[in-house]
Amino acid sequence: MDGKFKVGQPVRVKASYPPGHRRTPFYIRGKRGEIERICGAFPNPEELAYGFDGEPKRVLYRVRFPQKHVWPDYRGPERDLIEMEIYEHWLEPA
Amino acid sequence: MSRAMQELLEEKGVITAEQVRARMEQYDHDFPYRGARVIAHAWVDASFKEKLIRDGKAACAEFGLDIEADKLIAVENTPQVHNVVVCTLCSCYPRALLGMPPTWYKSENYRRRVVREPRAVLKEFGTLIPDEVTVRVHDSNADMRYVVVPMRPAGTEGWSEEQLAAIITRDALVGVTVPKPVLRGA
Repeated sequence: MDGKFKVGQPVRVKASYPPGHRRTPFYIRGKRGEIERICGAFPNPEELAYGFDGEPKRVLYRVRFPQKHVWPDYRGPERDLIEMEIYEHWLEPA
Repeated sequence: MSRAMQELLEEKGVITAEQVRARMEQYDHDFPYRGARVIAHAWVDASFKEKLIRDGKAACAEFGLDIEADKLIAVENTPQVHNVVVCTLCSCYPRALLGMPPTWYKSENYRRRVVREPRAVLKEFGTLIPDEVTVRVHDSNADMRYVVVPMRPAGTEGWSEEQLAAIITRDALVGVTVPKPVLRGA
């Protein structure tokens, strides 16, 4: 399954706060980063959590964020990074 | 939380403490700490290390380790980058490779702080990362599992894989410490 986004592409995590089981941590919602790698397509955990089959599968990306952007008061050098896995439906082009 | 749940289930007679203990022992038996052997092999065999970083699951399979459904991402420490792993949402951990996660890995303190002030947390583990080295935190928040490939320390030239494996601790494979070149039992 091909994803919408390419490695290196700038993306933004949606600043969305729906109820339910989500694998997108609150602290990263609304933040900008870039695609680090494409992990493949996986059953949607937001469906699996409630006993559904997770279909259609969703493309999962690893997204890299500068720490200084994620935490404006971050105490460390500019170069420090945080990376995590974000499903495609949580991402928009930035 | 899990403790409170367990106590409730025991109180209601759904499970017994004995069953929980037996299950944990079975788990420890089925999934012992095997990461050190894999990393020691990667230290002595550059092409294996390259494979491990490209496809962790396939490399482990080649080594005779089935890491089950986990997709394994191996991230390599270099003189420029230090990696550290956390799961902020729960306690995702490459259990089939490293066994049960340590208590601190599951603690709110670690999970909350290592994403926000990784250098301070690493310092508490005795790991000082110079400012010119990038600290790369991996939040293991969904389907991937992570293992850090530490740098082989200077002073271990000529060591056997067994000797190398003995200094590769679980903590080093999560990235909170780095291996020290001290021969065990020496």
